[in-house]
Formats: sequence, C-alpha cells, structure tokens
Amino acid sequence: MTTTLDPAPVTPPPAAPAALRVEDLSLAYLVRGIPRPVLRGVSFEIKPGESYGLVGESGCGKSTTAYAAVRYLPRNARITGGRILVAGEDITAMSADQVRKFRMHHASMVYQDPGGALNPTTKVGPQVVEAFTILGQGKEEAHESALASFKRVQIADPARVFDRYPYQLSGGMQQRVVIAMALASDPQLLVLDEPTTGLDATVEATILDLVRQLQAEMNAAVLLIAHNLGVVRTMCDRVGVMYAGKIVEEGEARRVFDAPQHPYTVGLLQSLPRRGVRKSDRALATIPGTLPQIGTYLPTCVFVDRCPLATELCRTEEPPVVQLPDGQWTRCHHRERIPELLAAIHDDGTESVTGATNLTLTKVSKTFRQGGHAVPALVGIELDLHDGETLGLVGESGSGKSTLAKTILGIEGPDVGGSITLDQHQLGALSADRPSEDKRSIQMVFQNPDSALNRGWSVRQILGRSVRKLTGLKGTAADDRVDRLANDLRLTQRHLDLKPRQLSGGLKQRVAIARAFAGDPRIVVADEPTSALDVSVQAAILNVLSDLQSESKTSYLLISHDMGVIRYLADRIAVMYLGRIMEVGESETVFAGPNHPYTEALLSAVPSVDGEERVRIRLEGDIPSPANPPSGCVFHTRCHRFIENLCEVTEPPLIEVEPGHMMKCHIPLEELRQLQARDAAEGAVLTSIVGGVGEDPSRPASPSA
Amino acid sequence: MSATTTAGVPPAGAAAPGQAAERKQARREVLRLLVRRPGFIIGNVVIGFWVFCAIFQLAPYDAFNDFDLGHLPPSPEHLFGTDRLGRDVLSRIIVGAREVFIVAPLAAIFGVVAGTLLGLIMGFYRGLVDDIISRIVEAFLSLPVILVALLTLVVLGSSTLVVILVVGILFTPIVARTVRSAVLAERQLDYVTAARLRGESGPFIMVREIFPNILPPIIVEMTVRFGYAIFTVATLSFLGVGIQPPSPDWGLQVSEEYSNMIGGVWWPTLFPALAIATTVIAINLIADALAAATSE
Repeated sequence: MTTTLDPAPVTPPPAAPAALRVEDLSLAYLVRGIPRPVLRGVSFEIKPGESYGLVGESGCGKSTTAYAAVRYLPRNARITGGRILVAGEDITAMSADQVRKFRMHHASMVYQDPGGALNPTTKVGPQVVEAFTILGQGKEEAHESALASFKRVQIADPARVFDRYPYQLSGGMQQRVVIAMALASDPQLLVLDEPTTGLDATVEATILDLVRQLQAEMNAAVLLIAHNLGVVRTMCDRVGVMYAGKIVEEGEARRVFDAPQHPYTVGLLQSLPRRGVRKSDRALATIPGTLPQIGTYLPTCVFVDRCPLATELCRTEEPPVVQLPDGQWTRCHHRERIPELLAAIHDDGTESVTGATNLTLTKVSKTFRQGGHAVPALVGIELDLHDGETLGLVGESGSGKSTLAKTILGIEGPDVGGSITLDQHQLGALSADRPSEDKRSIQMVFQNPDSALNRGWSVRQILGRSVRKLTGLKGTAADDRVDRLANDLRLTQRHLDLKPRQLSGGLKQRVAIARAFAGDPRIVVADEPTSALDVSVQAAILNVLSDLQSESKTSYLLISHDMGVIRYLADRIAVMYLGRIMEVGESETVFAGPNHPYTEALLSAVPSVDGEERVRIRLEGDIPSPANPPSGCVFHTRCHRFIENLCEVTEPPLIEVEPGHMMKCHIPLEELRQLQARDAAEGAVLTSIVGGVGEDPSRPASPSA
Repeated sequence: MSATTTAGVPPAGAAAPGQAAERKQARREVLRLLVRRPGFIIGNVVIGFWVFCAIFQLAPYDAFNDFDLGHLPPSPEHLFGTDRLGRDVLSRIIVGAREVFIVAPLAAIFGVVAGTLLGLIMGFYRGLVDDIISRIVEAFLSLPVILVALLTLVVLGSSTLVVILVVGILFTPIVARTVRSAVLAERQLDYVTAARLRGESGPFIMVREIFPNILPPIIVEMTVRFGYAIFTVATLSFLGVGIQPPSPDWGLQVSEEYSNMIGGVWWPTLFPALAIATTVIAINLIADALAAATSE
C-alpha cells in the first residue's frame, strides 16, 4: 500500500482523542495457510458522541472492520498492518488480558440476533446482573444497577422482565436487554452489527430511537454496520462506503446519500427502489458483476472491474483521495464524470396491464389448534387478484401474511366455510387435492433460495423436473422449454450444469423464479423474494420479476417488509393485522394517504435513505396474541387515533371508502385526511393512546406526545 | 474453493456442444479433489490390499491343515508366528480376509438399507406412522442384543447367511433412528414444499429429493456399522453361534486366542486385531474424503 496516497484523510488534528481511530488497517484471513487480504488499508475515526456507519455489499469487509474494532477476530485472522486506537490506546498491541480489560470498560457490541446473544437457559435479569458483577459490583448493587439499566432502555416493567427467559420476550424486547447489557460499563465505543435486521420495521424504529437517545446521553461513539441504507441514513452522522476491504468514499451521511461522489456509492443508491419510483417509471439500475473473491490481488482501483466509468488509467494507477467540502472524500480518478452516472438513462419501465379477476377469496379463515386452544390466524379474508397485477401484502410478522399465502397455495387448508376460486372454479383445500392444472397455475418463489433449491440437484434437473411435471412436456420439447426459461432469466448453459451451491445468491434466486415459471403459472406467490439479497442483486431480481410479468401477464402476490420493494412492484396493496385485512387499495392511493392508522404507522416506521422528515408514529409493544385478540377493532390497543367507547367496543367493517380503496376503521376518510395532514404539518410524534392487553409484559400506557 | 459464477453474464444462445464436456469436467473436478486428499489414497491402498488378499488368497502356508508347533513367536519362517494349533497366523489372516469381506459388509449393507428405508418412512410421514414404527424400534432397542441374536441363531441354526441376517437386523433400528432425524431436518426445507406444490408423490420426494441429501450421514453410518459388524460377528463366534471354526475369520481368531495374551502369547491376537483396525480405519478415511469432496 503506498502510504503517500493513503494518509488517513481525516479532518484537522483532533482536539480530544477520537473514541475510535482506525489507521491504515490491513487484515488477512489465513485460508489453508495462505493469507488472503480482506481489509486493504482502512482508515477512519469516530469522535465521542458521533455515530459512524459502514455500508457496502455483503463480503466487503464491514463486519470484519467492526469486529477488529473490539479485537474480536476469528483465529485465522491476522492484522498485517496499521493500528486501531480506542480512546488513544492501541488495541492491536495489547495482550489477551489487556484486551479483556479493554472490552470490559471501553467497548461493547450489540449483535444481529438478540436471541443468540442471550443465554436461553438463564433468566434475562441474572444475565444483566452478571454484566455488572464482572465490573466489581456487589450482588445487591448489581441487582439495582440491572433494574436501573432496564429502565434506561425503556423497559416499562423492569421487575417483570427481569424474571423472564429470553424465549418469553419478543425480538425487540430481547434487543433492549442486550443493549442494557452492552451499556453496563458505560462504554466509550458501542459497535452495532446489524442491530435491527431481524426485527419488524415498527420495532426497528423504536430500537433506533432508543439507541440515538442513549448515545446522546452517554456521549458514546457508535459504529453501525447495516445493509439497510435507510437505517444508516437516519442513524449516522457520517458514513464510510466500503468495497473489497477499502473505504472508497466517506463523508457526512446527508452528503454521501444525497450527492454521492464515487461510482460504487452511486450504483448502490441507484439500485434502491427509492423516492417512490415504480416499475412503470423505469427499471432499476444494477451493478453488474460481483465482489472480487477474498484475497484477490487488487493493486489499483478496487472497483475497476464493475465500474461504468473505468478507463485505462483506473487499471494502471491507484486513484488518489479527492478531498471535497465538509470533510467528504472519494477515491476516484473520474469524480468529475459522476454526474454522467446520475443522469444515465435507465431502461424503460414496464407498464402493468391489469385484466380480469382470476383469484377470489371469500370469507377465508384459518384456525390453528394449539394445546386445545383455537388460534385464529386468518379471519374472514375477502380478496381478489387480477391477471397481470401485483398485489403487495404487508404487515408486521405475526399478521398472517405467510399463512394467507400458504392457504392460497394449498400448503395449509382453510377452515370450512370459506372458499378460494380460480377462474370461477373452486380450488381444493390442499395442493394434493387439486388437479395438476391448478397446481401449475399457482406457484411460489421462496425467501431463501438455499433452502428452496435441492442442493443435490443440478439447475438443469431442478428446472427440467418442474417443466416435465407441470407442463407434461417430454424429451426435446421439455429440454427446449428449460433452455427458454434459462434464457428468460439470463442463465447460461454453463449455469444449467452447476449445483445451487456453485451459484451466487442472485443466480440462485433466478433459478427459483425460473422454476416457479416452468408451467406458465397464472399466479406466483413471492414471499420476501429479495430480503436475503444485497441491494444491487435485489434490483436485478425486481427487474426480472417485472419483465416476466409484463410478458406473461402473471399475477403476483408479493409479501415483503420492504416498503420500497412493495411500492416499486405492487399495483395494489393489502395491509394485514392479526389475520385481518385492514386496508386494500391501489398502491398509489395507499402510499399517498390518507391511510388506515396502522398503515400510517407502518409507513412512518420505515427509515428512508432520502432522509425526509415526516410524522413519527411509534407502535409500542408487539402485535397481540391471535389466540386472545383485543375486543372491538383489533388494532385499538396500539392505535394512535383511538376513540374511546367506540373502537374497543365495535369492530369496524371493511368498507369501500373511495373507489377501489377499502378500509377497516371507524374514522371517516375525510377526517383521517384532515388529521394526517395536520400531523404532517406539525411533524408530530405519536404513540398508542391506550394501554394494551397483549402478550408483551412491557407495553407502557403512555398517552400520545 | 469452488468457483462462484457471477450475475449479469450475457445470455448464451446455443451452447449445446459444450454441455457433455462440462459435465465430464465436473466429475473430473470431484475426482481431482479426492485424489488430493491423502486419507483417500491411504484408505484405498489399505482396502485394496485386503481385497487383493481376499480374492487371490496368496498365503505362504495352508491356513487350515498345515500344523507346525503351537504358539511359535514371530520368526523369518512364520512372520506373524503360529496359533495354538500351530497354524501360520499370517496365512490365516490373508485367507481370513475373504470371510471378513463377505460377512461384515453384507451385514452392514443389510442393516443400513433396511434402516434407511424405515428411517425415511418414519421421518417423512411423521404422525401416526412415525409413532407406531418408533415404538417398535424402541422396543427392539431395549432387548438385550446378544440374547436375541443367540436365541435366533440357536433356533435357526448357525450358518453364514443367518449370521449376516441377524447382525443386519440388529443394526436396522439404530440406523433407522439416525436416518429419521436427518430426514426430519431435511423435510423442513422449502424445496420439499416446492416439490409438493408441483404435485410430486411422497415416495418420489423421499427417494429422489431427500435421500441424496442425507447420503453423507448414511455413508458414515455404513462405515461405522461395517466396523461394528466385524466385532459383532466376532462376539457371536466367541459365544459359539457365529462363524464356526476352523474358519480363519479375524474376529474368531481374536476370540480364540485372546485368553493366551496373559501367558505372553500376543501375536495370534494382535495381528488379526491389527487387520481389523486397519480395515475399519481405512474405510473411515475413504468415507471422510468422499463426504468432504462431495460437499465442497
């Protein structure tokens, strides 16, 4: 690494020592004894009270950097150069014992999966107490401290949570406990590795609020790793964009996200469905190619192989660090050509043409039996789907989205009394009861392609079997169909002979989509089809889905927690809560509002990469147990527009409030419109009005702010 | 590290001619990975040696009727010494390979095949089928193995075929439980749902979809059972109902001679025991290499 090019390009000499200062850090993993470089001279610093985000595709080295910051690295990792200074002390030079003391007092980490971070066999209280006794507190004192720390992370009933096992708490509550533990030592540095990835957007919003508030109280430095750029935008003061073990651009979050100055940052941001872009507007931009394999020798610009601006210069000379106003900098030879990328014309969008109704659900309910109790997962669902349309299904986890999808597919049979009809004929309850023509008509794309593709089969076998089974084609006719499918999804002949594990995540999902399309389906159910993928790959998959739809007039039932994805692809949206549909309408109508209060809360919870200021609605607690749903309107316990003596007494019907827009709320549309306009103007912060009854022990009965 | 291919490769129109070559290359790749593993080579050399012995029986002496003095220690004449009747131990080991390589693999194969079938059915259908078969399997496992085997062999009479069947049946419930748990984990995966959604039958999903993916634990089970089969046959022989003397079966030799170890006569026990050990280890080495190469 040429040090002349790489002096840590940081702001003028800091007055106080930075909370974390990484200097030209190089790190390699030993693979069969050969060092494979993973970090190639990473430099950045975080001041006390500042939050810094690292973004990039999976495999770019951001988690390695985070773990290096607390010197928690796998056995085969070797720091090959550079220093890591925490509060002025070099942790790379410390002995194991010193590192332990350092972690005890100066740095803490919060992991992605709070369920895995807590010991499942011990109550959470004692686990937190332990964090304090390690610091030298007595038993009584530690107990008090633990309860106090629960209060600090806004657990409303600390004494009750104290005596719970981790499995008895919701994901959001578990993450609060983990945070309480991490803060026990009042660390100067808090490393958060994807802290909200497994959580619902509504819970994510409350956790992020909490972290921000605590950080301000403690004046700690935060290093945040997140693949969700919206989370980074809302949380961080500054961000570093990493690619192949190098920071390629750094600056204030608003600068980097609003005016990116590196082709990679531009690519990442353009591949996001943002600013309300829809499939009819344009196809999403993608970043062709994939990250270089770890350990690849990259002497010049690390991004050169995927860069649309690359020239001969980029291959022969390492790009300089270009300093820009407000502390922003980028490593690019062709920064002045960035506007070309921003102005680049994308492929045309696809217009969806909605045809006749194909699928109709009438009074579909599904009740599970659990230990003698009836647990209604779906209650009287009325829904229809038209040819060539995408219906987006949204709601928190536990709202019944997946159960609805499974019922339509015939994986679960609906309760007696409801009916599902396809083209005016009744569908069998279970897939096995349906004639093959009906099986062919409704197919599925799964969330996780690793699980959805048989790892023992080649791609050709996977597609071939589906084609033969669903279409009845044989011999060369079937082979031709496989080739055509592969071609439609841009899979090459070479890919056909590989096993799934030899393909990248995006290619695997293409195979899964090709399989769903093997028999020219009428309806494809896609359950979170892109949530396991990086944004650049997600864009390619979304483009493929909308292209296929415009050619084949297939209907999609799209389940996603990502509102950007829903907005891009869906023509209509159905919002579910506790097994009931709360609102259905044209996508544009629903996003424009006025909405059902639940939809309003869901939309408000999504952290936006564009950093728009808007109403903040925080849903406290969790979705109530479907076994014991609240009286009246099921949402009344968490609703910020609750009307006493009405909402908890009578359940509102799902009625058409304007053409094509159905809503299940007591408040008339016009009144909602006025209320929501008023709140938006005020930038109000709203929470639930009544105390809840649900499962979660901690729901506070706080009135709205 | 297997090559991960990239997205965004331009579509290839007609690439049919290269297809067969690609597949051949994939097979060659697995072979290359195998050959690179020393365990695979060593395992094959050892097994190859014993199979060679089993087939060609190139022994220096007659293994049955060539009596020298009893319990002669190893010497240039008798490299591994002689047993209590004065027969050459080396010759008996070489000739005995045939017995071992017929009885133990057949018993192991029988047990693994029957156990796999049962395990697949239990794990795949779950519910009532699983409950009924599981209870039978558990009842079977609770019986004292040797007693059951003894009774069966006494009733049916002791022949090589009966020994193979009895040992195989003894192994079946153990294998069935291992396979069942592997199937239970596998059937949770979405590709099983996908198969149902396109209307595949239960047996197809069991045999064609799930079975190939649980093959690695089955192969491991097979090698373990092969080892146990050698020992179980030896035990039965020791009790007088297994392989009958004068067969040079390795296990039988060990059981005939081990009591003489106290008197310092270690060679008629040690060398057949080493033969058993090398065989079992070699099979394990091969199985490990296979599992690693196919999953890489």
